[in-house]
Amino acid sequence: MRGLCTLLLLIVPQVVFAVDLDMRQGVTAMSQDIHWLHTVMLWVCIVIGVIVFGAMGYTIFAHRRSKHPEPANFHEHLGVEIVWTLIPVIILAVLAYPAAKMLIEIEDNSDAALTVLITGSQWKWHYQYLEHDIGFYSNMSTPREQINSCGGWFLTDTFCDLPDGDSEAGKAERDANEHYLLEVDNPLVLPSNRKVRFLTASNDVIHSWWVPDFAVKQDAIPGFINEAWTNVPETGTYRGQCTELCGKDHAFMPVVVEVRTEDEFDQWVEDQRIAKELASGQAVADREKTWTLAELVSIGEEVYLANCATCHQPNGAGQGSTYPALDGGEIAVGPMAAHIDRVMNGKAGTEMQAWAPQLSDRDIAAVITYERNAWSNQPDDNIVQPLTIFESR
Amino acid sequence: MVAHAEHIPHRSGLAAFLSRWLLTTNHKEIGSLYLWFAFSMFFVGGALAMGIRLELFMPGIQLIEPAFYNQLVTMHGLIMVFGAVMPAFVGLANWQIPLMIGAPDMALPRLNNFSFWILPFAFGMLLSSFFMEGGAPNFGWTFYAPLSTTYGPDSTDFFIFGVHLMGISSVLGAINIMVTIFNLRTPGMKLMEMPLFVWTWLITAFLLITAIPVLAGAVTMVLTDRHFGTSFFSADGGGDPVMFQHIFWFFGHPEVYIMILPGFGIASQIIPTFARKKLFGYNSMVYATASIAILSYVVWGHHMFTTGMPLAGELFFMFCTMLIAVPTGVKVFNWVATMWRGSMTFETPMLFAIAFVILFTIGGFSGLMLAMVPADFQYHDTYFVVAHFHYVLYPGAIFGTMAAVYYWLPKWSGHMVDEWWGKLHFWTAIVFVNLTFFPMHFSGLAGMPRRIVDYSHQFQDFNLVSSFGAMGLGLTQVLFLFIVIKTIRGGEPATDKVWESAEGLEWTVPSPAPLHTFETPPPWPINETETHEGAA
Ligand code: HEC
Ligand code: HEM
Ligand SMILES: [Cu+2]
Ligand SMILES: [Cu+2]
Repeated sequence: MRGLCTLLLLIVPQVVFAVDLDMRQGVTAMSQDIHWLHTVMLWVCIVIGVIVFGAMGYTIFAHRRSKHPEPANFHEHLGVEIVWTLIPVIILAVLAYPAAKMLIEIEDNSDAALTVLITGSQWKWHYQYLEHDIGFYSNMSTPREQINSCGGWFLTDTFCDLPDGDSEAGKAERDANEHYLLEVDNPLVLPSNRKVRFLTASNDVIHSWWVPDFAVKQDAIPGFINEAWTNVPETGTYRGQCTELCGKDHAFMPVVVEVRTEDEFDQWVEDQRIAKELASGQAVADREKTWTLAELVSIGEEVYLANCATCHQPNGAGQGSTYPALDGGEIAVGPMAAHIDRVMNGKAGTEMQAWAPQLSDRDIAAVITYERNAWSNQPDDNIVQPLTIFESR
Repeated sequence: MVAHAEHIPHRSGLAAFLSRWLLTTNHKEIGSLYLWFAFSMFFVGGALAMGIRLELFMPGIQLIEPAFYNQLVTMHGLIMVFGAVMPAFVGLANWQIPLMIGAPDMALPRLNNFSFWILPFAFGMLLSSFFMEGGAPNFGWTFYAPLSTTYGPDSTDFFIFGVHLMGISSVLGAINIMVTIFNLRTPGMKLMEMPLFVWTWLITAFLLITAIPVLAGAVTMVLTDRHFGTSFFSADGGGDPVMFQHIFWFFGHPEVYIMILPGFGIASQIIPTFARKKLFGYNSMVYATASIAILSYVVWGHHMFTTGMPLAGELFFMFCTMLIAVPTGVKVFNWVATMWRGSMTFETPMLFAIAFVILFTIGGFSGLMLAMVPADFQYHDTYFVVAHFHYVLYPGAIFGTMAAVYYWLPKWSGHMVDEWWGKLHFWTAIVFVNLTFFPMHFSGLAGMPRRIVDYSHQFQDFNLVSSFGAMGLGLTQVLFLFIVIKTIRGGEPATDKVWESAEGLEWTVPSPAPLHTFETPPPWPINETETHEGAA
């Protein structure tokens, strides 16, 4: 009876509301094996549950006082006790076998065609293709206006000071955004039908890289390099998230993987190489040019909002003692050299990371210049050229 | 929970009240203090949970900023585990163990007073960190390094001190319980004749004494890493962040059994009473509890399958974890066999005990699924885990405690609980517990990570239901408070035996139990004609 109810409870909503209650099956052989194991486990549990709860339901019904006024007197039975100790042992041994076999396969990281080093840092992923000279950061691209629904009296003003767009419009955009919180600027691009090995590492705290459709979840731990692999048969876009609490924006560290055919992937690698050459040409041009204040400030504002505002806030006010205010901040209006140093090299052991490896000379020059001219900041020394940044690298 | 006016020396005013409760060494009064403390912490932790669930009502951030959300989650976990569940069980032990073994009090009454009064300071300090610059601890109740070391807020040091204090309190409490059980049993009561609640607590006390010092070690290492230049957990200095997790979970897994074994004991007291039949398989119950406790020391790795553990480690921890299901199964079968062909009635304590068995078993099932390493790669750190541990903690530890309160409150207060209200509480709690926590299985399977302040649309429906359920669940706890107060203040007088077929020494003393009981050891086995023998 009870078991039947459980079953109905499981099935009826599936049918009526078309809600998916099951584990995601995924696309790789591994994720499908795991889904199979999950399903087997679930059914084993349901069957045991039906038997145990069924017996319980029966005794509750049949052996209540009104129906069964004289209780029986037994309180031991060695045979029964041995049987119900042994049966679970057998069931478990049977289950352990496929699980162990699957596990051995999962842990076999050999013979990969491509290796990607995945490095977590607060709160973005960096992907480095070890066989190709390609590396880039992957940041969540869902805009803050969609996330922060202000208007209530709980959220602080700084938090609600949104760069552009108000939160009503943001809410509508959020509802319309199919990939809300699960979209990034630069997805990881992988070839289909090739064994890809992932190495995971971290620059600060522990993160965990997870793509449910591949059944790959591997912690990224500072000081360690972990291994995992996948082989994706189908092209497409796959989404996941960081699953290890990694600080304030842990919820905003999505993983997006684009799987392309092998040819498309090779083409993409080539495109990346060309883009890189162009960028380095551009970088040379940028540092040879002398920029005006207005040019740098306008680029700087964009860089700031994209990279810095999550901690220091769009209005530069920071957040309590955790994130210092840059509006009137000691370093932001102090000597230029110290400011450049802090932005380029960060401060070890704090959430202020080194931006030199992440941003171009132009962008670093721009964001520093922006900080020195934004809000109420007006130091004498208010502009820095990309060339200076290049020379401090 | 009871005022024994007739026993208080005739002083009046606040001073008298304070000195009575501050200085008391009586196990019943200290038991009540523990229970009220746990109850108030349960409300604090519950309020934080309401905050969490309100924010998760729908996608987008409406109420709680991400940094504060992490503080809420952390404090919710810490307060529920260390402030609500553990003190509640110690409170029950204080009240019941001396009554159940025929002892006049705990063996070390002053120590008992001390272990209780540490707690308000520990939690006062922990809670005060909400008002500190930089906010309360925000790294999850598991405080993984380096989030808690290099990156921890200033309040981490308050947290460390608080954990130390509460650890001292638990260890002293456990020593006291152990010494009491070993030395103060009424002459003739053999170990294998003790009520199961006493047995499970004895085993829990061993777990506490061995596990809590490991936790103390972990927080101390965090402290020295933060302030004294060590680098136990920092790879930069040659340390190892994964070692933190090994140490933490070496404490952490026994800890989860600390939070459930006394519940097993409670169910084993209540079910026979209302089935009017002796507990089935007493011996196997004791052995099963002991084997669970021993196994709980060799399964900690199941929390760390994704940290890059070597294959051999994964296999070892998988097999050991699966093995724990066997003694746990034995217990469940024994409870069902106890009910089998009994003559059952369903008063509120029995209802809670039955719900305990069923819902705890569901939590056990998801635990078994989590033990399968390949599947755990998908479940780990998602809401599936949140569903799993709430199924074992809420219906397990919390329903267990509530069953115990409904069962023994008439003995403590001298008044029967109003069944109508008790049943109302039960049915609302059942509905809302499942409404809150069952959908979390589905959001986890769909891919929702835990400890996130905001989520994408695909998890929306499940979260809506969970949040709705949580609000209801919060309300039912107010109902519980109301029922407890109502019962203390009046109601149908309870007989000494309270429940028609209750067995055990606690039912031989009057209701309400006088402040001093068993000043001379009661005869054992109980002589039915001579009740009241040991009462003061
Ligand atoms: C992850 C959060 C975070 C991000 C993102 C971030 N910062 Fe910081 N920043 C900090 C923290 C924390 C400090 C304080 C470090 C300390 O001194 O303890 C800081 C300090 C600074 C300081 C020195 C302030 C002072 O007066 O001490 C400057 C300047 C600064 N950041 C600039 C930037 C710029 C420019 C960016 C974007 C490119 C940026 N930050 C992005 C967290 C962040
Ligand atoms: C009204 C009842 C409760 C509700 C609605 C509730 C809700 C939640 C939710 C939603 C989370 C996950 C938050 C996240 O991962 O983002 C959580 C975490 C947790 N809860 Fe509860 N909970 C309740 C009662 C309890 C009880 C009674 C206990 C313990 C006995 C408990 C122990 C924990 C623990 C240990 C965590 C993990 C905290 C962490 O991730 O560090 N909860 N709770
Ligand atoms: Cu994270
Ligand atoms: Cu565990």
